[in-house]
Amino acid sequence: MSAAEDLDYQEKPHELKWVGTNVARTDGVDKVTGRARFGADLIMSGMLFGAVLRSPHAHARINGIDTSRAEALKGVKAVVTRNDFEDQPSEMIQVGELTVNIRDVIRNVLAREKAMYDGHAVAAVAATSASIARKALKLIEVDYEVLPHVIDVVEAMKPDAPLLDEKQFTDGVDPKPDKPSNVAKRLEIKLGDVEKGFAEADVVIEREYKTRPVHQGYIEPHACVASYTEDGQGEVWCSTPGHFLVRAITSRLCGIEVSKLKVTASEIGGGFGGKNIVYLEPLALALSRKCGRPVKIAMHRSEVFRATGPTSGAHMKVKIGARRDGRITAGWAELMFQAGAFPGSPVFPAAMCAYACYDLENVLVIGYDVIANRPKTTAYRAPGAQISAFAVESAMDEMARALGIDPVDFRLMNAAKEGTKAAYGPTFGPVGQVETLKAIKNHPNYRVPLGPNQGRGVASGFWFNIGGETSVTMNVNDDGTIALTVGNPDLSGTRTSISVMAAEELGIDPERIRPAVGDTTSLGFNFISAGSRTTFAVGKATVDAARVVIGELRARAAAAWNIPVEAVVWEDGRARPASSNAGDFEPLSLEDIARDAKKTGGPIAGHVETNVSGAGPSFATEAVDVEVDPETGHIKILRFTAAQDAGRAIQPNLVEGQYQGAAVQGIGWALNEEYIYDERGRMENPGFLDYRMPVASDLPMIDAVIVEVPNPNHPYGVRGIGETSIVPVMAAVANALEDATGVRIQELPLSPPRVLKALNEKNGS
Amino acid sequence: MTRYHVSATVNGDEIDFLCEPEQTLLDVLRDELHLTGTKEGCASGDCGACSVMLDGRLVCSCLVTGAEVGDCAIETIEGMADGERLHPLQQKFLDHAALQCGYCTPGLLVAAKALLERNPDPTETETRYWLAGNLCRCTGYDKIVRAVLDTAAEMRGE
Repeated sequence: MSAAEDLDYQEKPHELKWVGTNVARTDGVDKVTGRARFGADLIMSGMLFGAVLRSPHAHARINGIDTSRAEALKGVKAVVTRNDFEDQPSEMIQVGELTVNIRDVIRNVLAREKAMYDGHAVAAVAATSASIARKALKLIEVDYEVLPHVIDVVEAMKPDAPLLDEKQFTDGVDPKPDKPSNVAKRLEIKLGDVEKGFAEADVVIEREYKTRPVHQGYIEPHACVASYTEDGQGEVWCSTPGHFLVRAITSRLCGIEVSKLKVTASEIGGGFGGKNIVYLEPLALALSRKCGRPVKIAMHRSEVFRATGPTSGAHMKVKIGARRDGRITAGWAELMFQAGAFPGSPVFPAAMCAYACYDLENVLVIGYDVIANRPKTTAYRAPGAQISAFAVESAMDEMARALGIDPVDFRLMNAAKEGTKAAYGPTFGPVGQVETLKAIKNHPNYRVPLGPNQGRGVASGFWFNIGGETSVTMNVNDDGTIALTVGNPDLSGTRTSISVMAAEELGIDPERIRPAVGDTTSLGFNFISAGSRTTFAVGKATVDAARVVIGELRARAAAAWNIPVEAVVWEDGRARPASSNAGDFEPLSLEDIARDAKKTGGPIAGHVETNVSGAGPSFATEAVDVEVDPETGHIKILRFTAAQDAGRAIQPNLVEGQYQGAAVQGIGWALNEEYIYDERGRMENPGFLDYRMPVASDLPMIDAVIVEVPNPNHPYGVRGIGETSIVPVMAAVANALEDATGVRIQELPLSPPRVLKALNEKNGS
Repeated sequence: MTRYHVSATVNGDEIDFLCEPEQTLLDVLRDELHLTGTKEGCASGDCGACSVMLDGRLVCSCLVTGAEVGDCAIETIEGMADGERLHPLQQKFLDHAALQCGYCTPGLLVAAKALLERNPDPTETETRYWLAGNLCRCTGYDKIVRAVLDTAAEMRGE
């Protein structure tokens, strides 16, 4: 998309009819009646049930796998192990906001030399029933040589820590180290001179923080059905935010051509980044290839916890300096992120986002990507930004207290705005950080008087948002309705929001547009639904496709009237002469032109294939009120206000839902959620009973405030709104805890035992 | 393996099925009867995605074996709408945007319907505690609770 075309978006303001209203979800009725089909809901003729054998050890060399007894069990049709997959070379590929090494992906899908974590897949079977498949797993004999393991990130960084990968030398240090290390990479984000900045500071706050790995917690476990036929064609049906990515990885791992694999995205029961990578699909396809029958594999919840997600746990150091007048002079941080068993934690975005809310002259953030014997981390809603924000925004709160300035005012004094050069590189265009701060300051919730044991906390957050490869096809049906095919799975109503933008362009009711998520054979490549890109990027491409369609509609009308196409305009769903000079013709509606399309040149369609740029960064500021029970240490959330810049809300109720959902995920992260391991490195809480996510009775209503500072690079000003609202939450809760009790806790989660211990220490008991 | 023959009523229809002793009612609904509207989220009774009514009682179908539902009346999400007319809860969930991914939605609707049958005028707190057995990771529950309270008001004729 050229800059000139981008400008065109701003120069064509028109009164909006549908954008900014709440219209019916196109997938709504299917989802309230049980008709919507998710990953595990497909049933195919002759389908087998698959199951995956997983390592019970955190770190073990696999000396041999004997599958003969499992294969002999009646009803077992196929077994696959590492021997059924060719090894892959070391090569980085893009996955959402993160990159992964395909050599690591094959090892994560199925262990090769070693099992790297409790739950690591070792073999898979397909059988005529689920119970036979489970029995077959018990008959597979794996010869494990248990190795010393390491779980904690600080422990993993020590020179004498158990080494996970003898070939890994820390990248990003000079000179190149001569010994292998669990530290995969060191990186830096730098602006100005922090030493000079700290020298100018009147007050310096320096603290350490710890967070635990937490899971994305989608309610739908990973599931897929794969079918491989005698002619070498494969089909996969799966729950994924990116079926083009599934096709890319699965075809590569299974050694088949891209054109021979068709992937269809089912409805997806939540992902939040955790489904941005492939686990089951290559296993199911390899099983199907061995036995010639379709194979379904659905994970059990314990497998979801042990083998997928989570996001990193981290150890962080933060140092902020400020003058007495409230101006920050320097921000420094050191971030140590555990990546799980393979490199690729979100430490890079964490470092980039750490101080992105502020207009600073001197910033230095150092990051370490560290492997440990835990499941390979995957993206989780604004990956990494929430973790570094917990540290930085906690320290910011302490600084505001030290300076005696209201925490919102302190942030306003230093807020990023248009023209701010971010430490990670770009200079911001129009952004809404100041507006979100003012929205919180002006919200009635910010003035509610607090009672005993109650406190209020504030924090801000930032996320980039992305564009990416996008393909869209818009077909005009012969009755003037529209079939819109997009290539991005819809996690939360994006199909409808995209239809609304198409309706606005075409000047027709959104109900006349049927959007569908096409399979991988129906469109060009689409990047995954990640980075809050879908409504922004697919919406932008859809608007462009609509403009192509409108161009053709005008041409058909011009031909019918025998006047130049430039003399025809499209308004309110109709072609009409641009002025009386062009002639006196009755306007032609979309229906009129569609009906005669066969006679006037054939079907009318618009398709756009593009790499969308111009995503608008989104800021959020949130305020939370808590009440702390001094007897138990339990924190109750009294009220929560989330203000985030949407650019423009296409459908306000869906935007509010994103803010509310993100806030509550953050509340779970703040208060309860964590991976707990025993001394052998086995996860002790791989279920919803012990991995405690928020339930309805834990929460109040969540007040969502939609701030709108339009993104100039989108025809309707959309930024992307799915992620930022999780970023400030953990710090906001920790800040509220201090406000309520005087106790500052620098380690998550703020669970009752930890809070009670801190309260008792403060009270000297 | 021995399979049990079971007769029951599902959404008003008399049905028969064969099931293994270890198959749950959830497995039977999904894998034998192909009623896939009822979802598995945990298979341990912690998430409520598999909520169904069993002889008028709200249960997690993952905690009931298929073999024990002989002669029982089972109601699932597929039986909630009345012909072409959505149940008021289904309509209010749509009106309030009380779903995002929609995976927990069938279980939440079944559970909310059970609440309103027992308590046509629940408070927000009562609603939150009744629905505490149904996990939703997308919405933060705000719009779900509003949808249920609004449905209750509408069904009371307010």
